[in-house]
Amino acid sequence: MRRVLLIAIPYVWLLALFMVPFFIVLKISLSDSALAIPPYLPTLDLSEGWAGIRNFFSQLDLENFVWLAEDDLYWKAYLSSVKIAVISTVLTLLVGYPFAYGMARAPEEWRPTLMMLVILPFWTSFLIRVYAWMGILSEGGYLNQLLLWTGIISTPLTILNTPTAVYIGIVYTYLPFMILPIYSALERLDGSLIEAAEDLGCSRLQAFWLVTIPLSRPGIIAGCFLVMIPVIGEFVIPSLLGGSGTLMIGKVLWEEFFSNRDWPVASAVAIVLLLILIVPIVLFQRNQQKQTEAEQ
Amino acid sequence: MNSDVFAPWEDPQAKPLIQFQNVTKRFGGFTAIDNLSLDIFEREFFALLGPSGCGKTTMMRMLAGFETPTEGHILLSGQDIDPVPPNKRAVNMMFQSYALFPHLSVWDNIAFGLRRDNMPKTDLEARVEEMLRLTRLEQFARRKPHQISGGQRQRVALARSLAKAPKLLLLDEPLGALDKKLRQDTQFELMDIQEKTGTTFVIVTHDQEEAMTVASRVAVMDQGQLKQVATPDRIYENPNSVYVADFIGDVNIIEGRATATGDEAFQIDWAEGQAPLTATSSAGVSNGQSCHLAIRPEKVTISAERPADAINAIQGKVHDIAYLGNLSTYYVELANGTIIKAQTANTRRISRRSFTWEDPVWLSWTATAAVLLAN
Repeated sequence: MRRVLLIAIPYVWLLALFMVPFFIVLKISLSDSALAIPPYLPTLDLSEGWAGIRNFFSQLDLENFVWLAEDDLYWKAYLSSVKIAVISTVLTLLVGYPFAYGMARAPEEWRPTLMMLVILPFWTSFLIRVYAWMGILSEGGYLNQLLLWTGIISTPLTILNTPTAVYIGIVYTYLPFMILPIYSALERLDGSLIEAAEDLGCSRLQAFWLVTIPLSRPGIIAGCFLVMIPVIGEFVIPSLLGGSGTLMIGKVLWEEFFSNRDWPVASAVAIVLLLILIVPIVLFQRNQQKQTEAEQ
Repeated sequence: MNSDVFAPWEDPQAKPLIQFQNVTKRFGGFTAIDNLSLDIFEREFFALLGPSGCGKTTMMRMLAGFETPTEGHILLSGQDIDPVPPNKRAVNMMFQSYALFPHLSVWDNIAFGLRRDNMPKTDLEARVEEMLRLTRLEQFARRKPHQISGGQRQRVALARSLAKAPKLLLLDEPLGALDKKLRQDTQFELMDIQEKTGTTFVIVTHDQEEAMTVASRVAVMDQGQLKQVATPDRIYENPNSVYVADFIGDVNIIEGRATATGDEAFQIDWAEGQAPLTATSSAGVSNGQSCHLAIRPEKVTISAERPADAINAIQGKVHDIAYLGNLSTYYVELANGTIIKAQTANTRRISRRSFTWEDPVWLSWTATAAVLLAN
């Protein structure tokens, strides 16, 4: 009995805070937009009894999903989001791996400090940090000032409101999510394995490629998913740093909800986004599970 | 000397495979290896024995190439190997932790070194199969290291380090992680494999029994220096210092003053009111020099009456008995409080034991039983 209760807690939690909202969104996505409060039809009226419920269900349709498929804005936005997510994940990995490697190789007494420095940005609001990047990347911003001062460039670069700014913002924001899992994989790596590889004829680089990389793979995979999954739906970074030129589904979603007030279409966008994310989430879970099994 | 006996170290013509020439290794202010010279010959099973921190692991890591000597040189087949990186040396190492690659199967672990040499596929497969057969691992080839037992892992590590047919194989506490029974079996397996492959083995261990069992020669180390390098029986029977005598096996050390009584015969005065002891030694001990007498407990006879023909005999009473099953060690307290250990084989059932606590007994040994060590 106690075990059932214990297991029931997370299930009730999931049901109340994930499944119920999900079904509400699903219901809205099947409704029609209307000038009303709430801004969609039909609404469920239980006072009419059984006939009301039947009437309600008969009015639901897949019209909004058809609309999503027909208007190329949406699938372009999805594609562009996935593209941006994949590219920025690769960039984050390229930046993050050396960080994690350096941390794992640092003297033991330094590691907590280095870890602290990686987590430190979380102490400030994410929004403020993205705003700070606007100040750095803008035409008269610190970066351009520095480059002009050192004489590397003669005219200021346009970085803000370009995809480059979005990539910079994403890599900066999500770097800790990449570093931490890779670091934890590298830290556990037994140094004698590298020596054994060298002893058996590997150069330093070969040993890194044949031993260090494969053994940190669970960390790499975990880090990549932790970055890619939230980036696909990212809204703040593209809207603050990317300007109007950057098309991302998170931004489209926001505009449908708050500018167009078309809740049903926005909900449909959200549902499709969720379906897209399920694939990497399942893969991520499987990776984590395999890792725990391997450790036992 | 019988020519069939393997003893290249006694042959002045023999060329050593490895030569340490006045090697010193310092880590900061700490001297791990102190001006050490040593020759190791081909096909030898050489054991480096010593307490932890004596420098034996540093010697091994210098041979593997993970450390370079601060001073002096190490020669392999007459060639200075100091500038050669570990991956270019014909030396392989079996690590204490085995260091098996967890992401590779047993087969791929063994093939790892061969692949680095770009060995043709058919040769490589044949070699790996040969190694699997040698270490009796055929049926585990597809398993990952975490799916096999500790003893099997140890054999994989051995197979992997032997696969490249190195001139020299280094074994760093190879049996440390195994339980006692398995360790004994594996010791003989190691010797067997060493004989079959004809590879020179250098083993590092702190377990003297292991060193004595497997090695053709043992080097006893302390604080970065070699105390004695000799065959196991010579190390045991003729230790050259109190340190070696005490480190290898059990020993009684009696301190005294030597007086020459004849050719290689000495009389040792060791305590007030006790008859002097007699010992022989070929080492030059000058008259009146203070010395130590080392006597192995199993060479001390314990009896109720004074043996009539005993050259060395002293009286005491049984202070304690350590019963080991096959052996009993009697701790006999002398009149002056000194404790002497005497060991006897328990050839009779314990209920018929001749001595018990507080029994007055006589301890005796021959003139050649003890080793006289000058200070």
